[in-house]
Amino acid sequence: MARDWSDIFIVDGQPPADGRQPEAEQPPGTRRIGRFARLRESLRKTRQALQSEIQATLFEDLSDETWERLEEALIYADVGTSTTAKVVAQLEQEATEDKLTGGQELSDRLVELLTEIAKTGDDRIDLRAEPTVILVAGVNGTGKTTTLGKLAWHLSKELHRSVVLAAGDTFRAAAVEQLEIWAQRAGVGFVKGGLGADSASVAFDAIDQARRQGADVVLIDTAGRLHTQDNLMAELTKVRRVIAKQIPEAPHETLLTVDATTGQNGLRQAQMFAEAIDVTGIVLTKLDGTAKGGIALAIASELGIPVKLIGVGEQLEDLRPFDAGEFARALVS
Amino acid sequence: MFESLGEKLQATLADVRGRGTLTEDDINAAMREIRLALLEADVNFKVVRSFTSSVKEKALGADIVGALNPGQQVIKIVSDELTELMGGAAGDLAFSPRPPTIVLMAGLQGSGKTTATGKLARYLKGQGSSVAVAACDVYRPAAVEQLVKVAGQVGVAVYEQGTDENPVKIAKWAAERARSEGKDVLIVDTAGRLHVDTELMDELAQIKQAIKPHDILLVVDAMTGQDAVNVAEQFAAVVDFDGVVMTKLDGDARGGAALSVKAVTGKPILFASTGEKLDQFERFYPDRMAQRILGMGDVMTLIEKAQSGYDETQAAELERKLRKSEFDLDDFLDQMRQIRRLGPLKSLLGMIPGIGAELRNVNIDERDFDRLQSIILSMTPQERRHPELIKGSRRLRIAKGSGTNVQAVKQLIKQFEQSRKVMRQVAQGKMPDLGALMRQGGR
Repeated sequence: MARDWSDIFIVDGQPPADGRQPEAEQPPGTRRIGRFARLRESLRKTRQALQSEIQATLFEDLSDETWERLEEALIYADVGTSTTAKVVAQLEQEATEDKLTGGQELSDRLVELLTEIAKTGDDRIDLRAEPTVILVAGVNGTGKTTTLGKLAWHLSKELHRSVVLAAGDTFRAAAVEQLEIWAQRAGVGFVKGGLGADSASVAFDAIDQARRQGADVVLIDTAGRLHTQDNLMAELTKVRRVIAKQIPEAPHETLLTVDATTGQNGLRQAQMFAEAIDVTGIVLTKLDGTAKGGIALAIASELGIPVKLIGVGEQLEDLRPFDAGEFARALVS
Repeated sequence: MFESLGEKLQATLADVRGRGTLTEDDINAAMREIRLALLEADVNFKVVRSFTSSVKEKALGADIVGALNPGQQVIKIVSDELTELMGGAAGDLAFSPRPPTIVLMAGLQGSGKTTATGKLARYLKGQGSSVAVAACDVYRPAAVEQLVKVAGQVGVAVYEQGTDENPVKIAKWAAERARSEGKDVLIVDTAGRLHVDTELMDELAQIKQAIKPHDILLVVDAMTGQDAVNVAEQFAAVVDFDGVVMTKLDGDARGGAALSVKAVTGKPILFASTGEKLDQFERFYPDRMAQRILGMGDVMTLIEKAQSGYDETQAAELERKLRKSEFDLDDFLDQMRQIRRLGPLKSLLGMIPGIGAELRNVNIDERDFDRLQSIILSMTPQERRHPELIKGSRRLRIAKGSGTNVQAVKQLIKQFEQSRKVMRQVAQGKMPDLGALMRQGGR
């Protein structure tokens, strides 16, 4: 069973009296597909691609070629050479020690191993602080603004939180307008800076406004930047510092968006952003294509940063909580 | 951090030196390193497989001759093979004999189409074409506004009809308008779409059908992983694109996707987008990309950048001054501005092989240059010509005027005297010790 929104967010208080979660409002203009249908559909593609590879290998006799093909399957999913080597070596060792017999057992153990790696640290988002400040950063084009728009909608319509969106991307042409449209769709508060304002001052204003209005959550967008641009990374550190000056524990959550189609450079991205702003979770976006998003496994394995949310499409309901087991099965089952 | 493949191969094959030929074992060891390096560079594993087998064939039995050691020999084979696979010479857009030439941009979400559209428009405008861009992304919020802003920045016409019209109709209308307004080039920006989204891929095919573009460019993020192959194959199958724009090449991704895309579709990579500024866009040179994937720097690009950023007459004047030892602080300021025009110093350094690895973690603060500039600008013209005048009270005035301190002013003048000395040596035909200068500069 995939995780639900209530599994990922830690909130105070009880669900409504009848014990049921309130029905979410229909997102405007969406093609309504069953709750998990879209995710399943996209994961199915992943599965089909790998199924033949893996099954052809694991159900045959174990030989060097078996392990080589398993390696290739993981490499093909963008897991990367070092995490792949780790997984394959572990599985090979268990197999040769005869702890595992038969293809099915090996296959199950493989999924288990991958799940263990994917599940790292605290993968929930604590919303109990008032206001909870969530900072979102990432490389250009990874889906920050879209992720924020969707997150605002979920927090507002499904969890009934009052939300303030801060347009911290003051660099890219029309980024403010893009976020403003999302804010209108989600019906949440919106703070933008004057012309040429810097992100830190927009973040400051948003938190200030949220506190005065007693809003529950502040979501702060930032301009996309490459992790190699030292001055822009320093600017991001400053945004974080300004936030912490207002509320010492904030940002309570710092999310990094990573495009599922990203290759091995994703590891460098996560590492550099983590150094600059202490990333607490990954949003793995664009999982609705044919890319497997295996780089998230490498990030979890080598940096210990958990994936918290996934993006599986452009509709509002296409932002989902991450489920390590489902992700692992999708990688190889 | 990344150790370059060059270094790894040198180490792997170190003991072969002196033996004369490469044995099969040597080759296999080298192939393992090459395979790993290419996979880490995100080259598709199937492409890697066929590539290593062809390199192996060429390397087997190759004699170690001339000045190359075994490591260098293998690097050369790999590099030649990679360059050939990347497509040898640089390609170009196909221009229609009857304008407007229509260029259709396509790609995944977030690959950088809109920015690339603006950059290409600027690039073609710079070559003397009258350019218009058409806004056909009616789906992403504010995408039209983004293109309008970008077009405004580069000073080209933008054809847009908001977001209520159908993209196929907008494209057709824009093509007709470009024709009637006598534009040389129309660049059509489209919405990002997944290669597996049949509905949107079908729309793209319809746009192609409606406007019959002369060039279809697929925009590919340099950071793309193994999936680049699927994306390229699907877009090739649906719209049969003509060339590729690689974006975000200013990062530290090795860009193996470029190799994968070229290998599976045979389409050339035409342009490289290397930064967020609209002038950071250049022709794509396959041989340089081959070096980058292997982690061997990019000397050619640096040389060319320096050439295009440099004014010939100024250079001649400077040379004259150097010979006559008239080089003063005004020239020093000019020099600094020339160099900074080439881009952030860090990206320039990254293009020099050997230095890339050494200085990758050196932090170059561009603001240091701002400080130097403001110190010089706080001097009187006479002081700039004769820095030896700058003593006590003048030094204090300059420090105050530039918002720095006396120490900084002193240091600048000392640095200037040093570089004047170096330049005098160069002008006189002596090669200064560049290594010592680098170390000094990196501090």
